[in-house]
Amino acid sequence: MPIILDHVNYIYQDGGNEQVMALKDINLTIPDGQFIGIIGHTGSGKSTLVQHLNGLLKATSGHIYYDGQDIYEKDYQLKDLRSKVGLVFQYPEHQLFEADIFSDVCFGPKNLGLPKKDVEYRAFNALRSVGMPEELYYQSPFDLSGGQKRRVAIAGVLAMQPKVLVLDEPTAGLDPRGRDEILGLIKDLQTGSNMTIILVSHSMEDVAQYVDRILVMDHGSILYDGTPREVFRHYKELETIGLAAPQVTYIMHELKAKGLSVDEDAITLNEAADQIMNLFRR
Amino acid sequence: MGIVKTDELVFEYIRRDEEGNVDGITTAVDHVSLDVQPGSFIAILGHNGSGKSTLAKHINAILSPTEGTVIVDGMDTTDDTKTWDIRQCAGMVFQNPDNQIIGQVVEEDVGFGPENMGVPTKEIWERVEESLKAVGMYEFRKYSPGRLSGGQKQRVSIAGVLAMHPKVIIFDEPTAMLDPVGRKEVIRSARALNQVEGITIILITHYMEEIVHADQVFVMDQGKIAMKGTPREIFSQVEKLRSLRLDVPQVTMLAHILRKRGLQIPEGILTREELIKAICGD
Repeated sequence: MPIILDHVNYIYQDGGNEQVMALKDINLTIPDGQFIGIIGHTGSGKSTLVQHLNGLLKATSGHIYYDGQDIYEKDYQLKDLRSKVGLVFQYPEHQLFEADIFSDVCFGPKNLGLPKKDVEYRAFNALRSVGMPEELYYQSPFDLSGGQKRRVAIAGVLAMQPKVLVLDEPTAGLDPRGRDEILGLIKDLQTGSNMTIILVSHSMEDVAQYVDRILVMDHGSILYDGTPREVFRHYKELETIGLAAPQVTYIMHELKAKGLSVDEDAITLNEAADQIMNLFRR
Repeated sequence: MGIVKTDELVFEYIRRDEEGNVDGITTAVDHVSLDVQPGSFIAILGHNGSGKSTLAKHINAILSPTEGTVIVDGMDTTDDTKTWDIRQCAGMVFQNPDNQIIGQVVEEDVGFGPENMGVPTKEIWERVEESLKAVGMYEFRKYSPGRLSGGQKQRVSIAGVLAMHPKVIIFDEPTAMLDPVGRKEVIRSARALNQVEGITIILITHYMEEIVHADQVFVMDQGKIAMKGTPREIFSQVEKLRSLRLDVPQVTMLAHILRKRGLQIPEGILTREELIKAICGD
């Protein structure tokens, strides 16, 4: 069920009644099962873009098609869309509120009006898929660590059984292991359940390692759209818009500049290590 | 004697259940003794929940020790008559710039601290000017904070602390919400304040590459200091850091992988230059 954005513009008025073009002529096709990373400096339009994907924000002009249907059509059920396109906000643990973890995850499916049995079955599966130990299900979510709280919040969205999962900086503020665990979990959702994943991130290293495709946002437009290798080739341009390439990319470029024959497109640790070891094998 | 000195600092808090009954006691900081020399750059690492923020909040008297003492510039933080002097001496920059900026205009926001201290108007403006210049934000002094990027906002927060003429600035994950260039700007400002103004810096972060220039690194685990040393000493212990849910900078990790694969290079490489040198052998 691909998502298609066709000439999407979003204009709002800021406090001083000035018109701000937050999205400018976005054209985009998101196929099923792809893992997409969206990068861009603060204020580049990343969050605005993803909030269009489940109809939370309505485009000023243009069309968005989900599964071939225009979501702005009069009788289109936005409620259905919102359960199919799950959105995990920044610091989602701030939205936990129930007395225990299990009830918190039940909240979404309960609101869909499902029978109690189905609600609980979904919550159970969602908590299991984020790796939450069963003995914690009836504890208060507020007693959990930062990483665990975030898992519960993600489980709350997964319990809606979305086809597309959008996460806005899901690893901000987590320690390195917590980051790896959340990203590993997201990758498993893609490979195991063929879920489409859209990840908004400030970490170039994470994006390089996990995603199939990168969208680079700048001033409300898509500046680059390609595989991580293709996008990080523009590392100099990326720096001028507040971004960077993964650290290893810089090392590869410097080695190349020293006359060594390495592939400067290496963007992950293992790729870089392979390239460097090759130098010494010859 | 150090500018910040903690002696066997313990902080405990009582956990309560839904009805307010005592559920247990958590020791967030467990007998920590630190002696921070004036003008040094100290980094504190540790996983979520390891106690590093709780420790930091003792340094400017937001929290009071359960046991032990915290002395800031010769003042005991439990002495209520000194609270404001301590907060002026040891300023704090937090994670979210939006929660720290209150002024409608950048220069007003920066002037808020000294104004509250009763500094004469003429001197307030001098302090505002020098503080904004020190973080490279002087040209934005007439801006509304809402129009700034995350990194710029965070530098305004730093200027606000700076205008109070502190001897110590504690940064509690100041870059967690920033894009790569914003992160660089903030860390560069912190280093400049340390080197040019001689301000003691205590930096708490989850980004390992931000602390490679620190004089000393403390790693916290379960409220205790688990590791202590120079960045090179700390980052030479890749496996130990990983067991503490932490990581090493990507450059250090690449060197570590290369070493494991049999390349003759030293452990604890911290910068790109060092790695290039080790690979090229010149």
